Amino acid sequence: MNRLAQSALLFLLGATLLHAGTTDLYLRYVKEGLRPLVLLAGAVLIATAAATLYYDRRAPAGGHHHEPRVSWLLTLPVLALILVAPPALGSYSASHTGTALTKPFGFPALPAGDGPLRLAVADYAGRAIYDKGRSLRDRDLRITGFVTLDRDGTPYLVRMGLNCCAADAQPVKIALTGDVPPVLRPDTWLEITGRYTPRRTRDPVNNGPVPYLEVTASRPVPPPHDPYDETWNT
Amino acid sequence: MPSRTTGGTGPVATTKTAPTDPDSTATAGDEKEAGHLNSPLVLTLLLLTAVMFQDPIRGALSAPVMQSWMTVFVAVLVQALPFLVLGVLLSAAIAVFVPPSFFARALPRRPALAVPVAGAAGAVLPGCECASVPVAGALVRRGVTPAAALAFLLSAPAINPIVLTATAVAFPGDPEMVLARFVASLLVACAMGWLWHRLGRTDWLRTPARTPYDGQGKGAAFWGSVRHDVTHAGGFLVIGAMAAATLKAVVPAQWLVLAAGHPVLSVLALAVLAVLLSICSEADAFVAASLTQFSLTARLTFLVVGPMVDLKLFAMQAGTFGRAFALRFAPATLALAVVVSALTGTVLL
Repeated sequence: MNRLAQSALLFLLGATLLHAGTTDLYLRYVKEGLRPLVLLAGAVLIATAAATLYYDRRAPAGGHHHEPRVSWLLTLPVLALILVAPPALGSYSASHTGTALTKPFGFPALPAGDGPLRLAVADYAGRAIYDKGRSLRDRDLRITGFVTLDRDGTPYLVRMGLNCCAADAQPVKIALTGDVPPVLRPDTWLEITGRYTPRRTRDPVNNGPVPYLEVTASRPVPPPHDPYDETWNT
Repeated sequence: MPSRTTGGTGPVATTKTAPTDPDSTATAGDEKEAGHLNSPLVLTLLLLTAVMFQDPIRGALSAPVMQSWMTVFVAVLVQALPFLVLGVLLSAAIAVFVPPSFFARALPRRPALAVPVAGAAGAVLPGCECASVPVAGALVRRGVTPAAALAFLLSAPAINPIVLTATAVAFPGDPEMVLARFVASLLVACAMGWLWHRLGRTDWLRTPARTPYDGQGKGAAFWGSVRHDVTHAGGFLVIGAMAAATLKAVVPAQWLVLAAGHPVLSVLALAVLAVLLSICSEADAFVAASLTQFSLTARLTFLVVGPMVDLKLFAMQAGTFGRAFALRFAPATLALAVVVSALTGTVLL
């Protein structure tokens, strides 16, 4: 690959990163906090491409030494991001990874009120398992996540937690009981209204604790702006 | 009409080629060297073909396994590229703006002493392992003794403040984990530096070949170094990301549960997992924290091995320092890291 092709490729890679960073696309792959770095890297790559062309034009290097063939592989991320733009990790990955519920540091008081209480999947699971549901009893709860079915068809409501990028994403799962919709498609995002139940089970993958939720109503919702939960263990 | 079309295309073509006269001679030389294969042309054809066949490509990649593979692959790259770019900028700055005499003065002359100093200096490079490989390469090129540069390469991703803070946040109940990680990582880095000083042979280490920048201006040298390192190390990063995505998609999580009960097996299992997963050192503490069925010592091994040896790092080391080096260095580091972290874990945790 000569310098002209390299700078074209660097430009494309930089433009792809800028595209991912300026839209919500990057949120499928990395945490929100990396956005400035992604944009910066895109800008530096474009600047490198421009500088290569500029200096080549002013003083072209005479002899051509061997340029690494491995650079051709950089076309793969460009094509993957532009043509395919793979979705955020969903039910496939969730059903192959054990629940990553860890004991929360504490259980801050929940806001009082009559209406249904909004809770994150990990928050509900943490309180249900490690606080024996003390703060959850006799309240209507509203939880959003996507549907995952395990091998024998048990439905779970799942949210993937993220620390840095999707390679370290881990699910937290809630098993569903009660008025579960008759037809559930994996990866559908649901907003579930329900109540705490002391029933619990174990994740078949890693034997981790999984609480149940007694469903009273559910409705499909569009995927949230950030498909991952970035708050659950920071 | 025909005259208008020729009139329309002709000038465009000439204006494009006219100012690049010196460039076109360079391209001609390149063509002679590479036969009739012209890489910009190949790149254009490749991209156009991919766009033309985008529907069948998307169809082939729509299976859940493939989608999850692609997501992890893209995620590792999008996450690692900014750090690679930072490391490459830093390494280009070292290669162009810092004179070799600076390192001769900053580091002790005796390699045995330079190793711990360079190892401890790793604490100031805030970033993950993708940044430290090009920087270590630049250090070797600037005349730093390889043993010291290697100690820096191993310690920098593990003991910098960002990574240690992440570890403290991930293990709120076990603050000694931070100390254990720091001590074990620094010990392994220095031990590997000394080991290289005693046993390493210079012909194993391929000092990165490149055109000398001496004849050019500083700007040309700087950007030339950035371009070379990004395309080079970036290509190896792609190989590493593919390997990590494959293992994440293929290896079942169940076998971990089986290994967790056994004290020795659990340490080995998490060492292997750290190599295979290739997680960024800034995030690995959170993954380790969630492996609750494992002992703290086993999780310490995960944290010490991960930033020093993993698939993506191996590919990048092989690219920067040569395959002969990586094939010897990575297994030795892995063995030493497992032993040292097991001992440190027994004493401190």
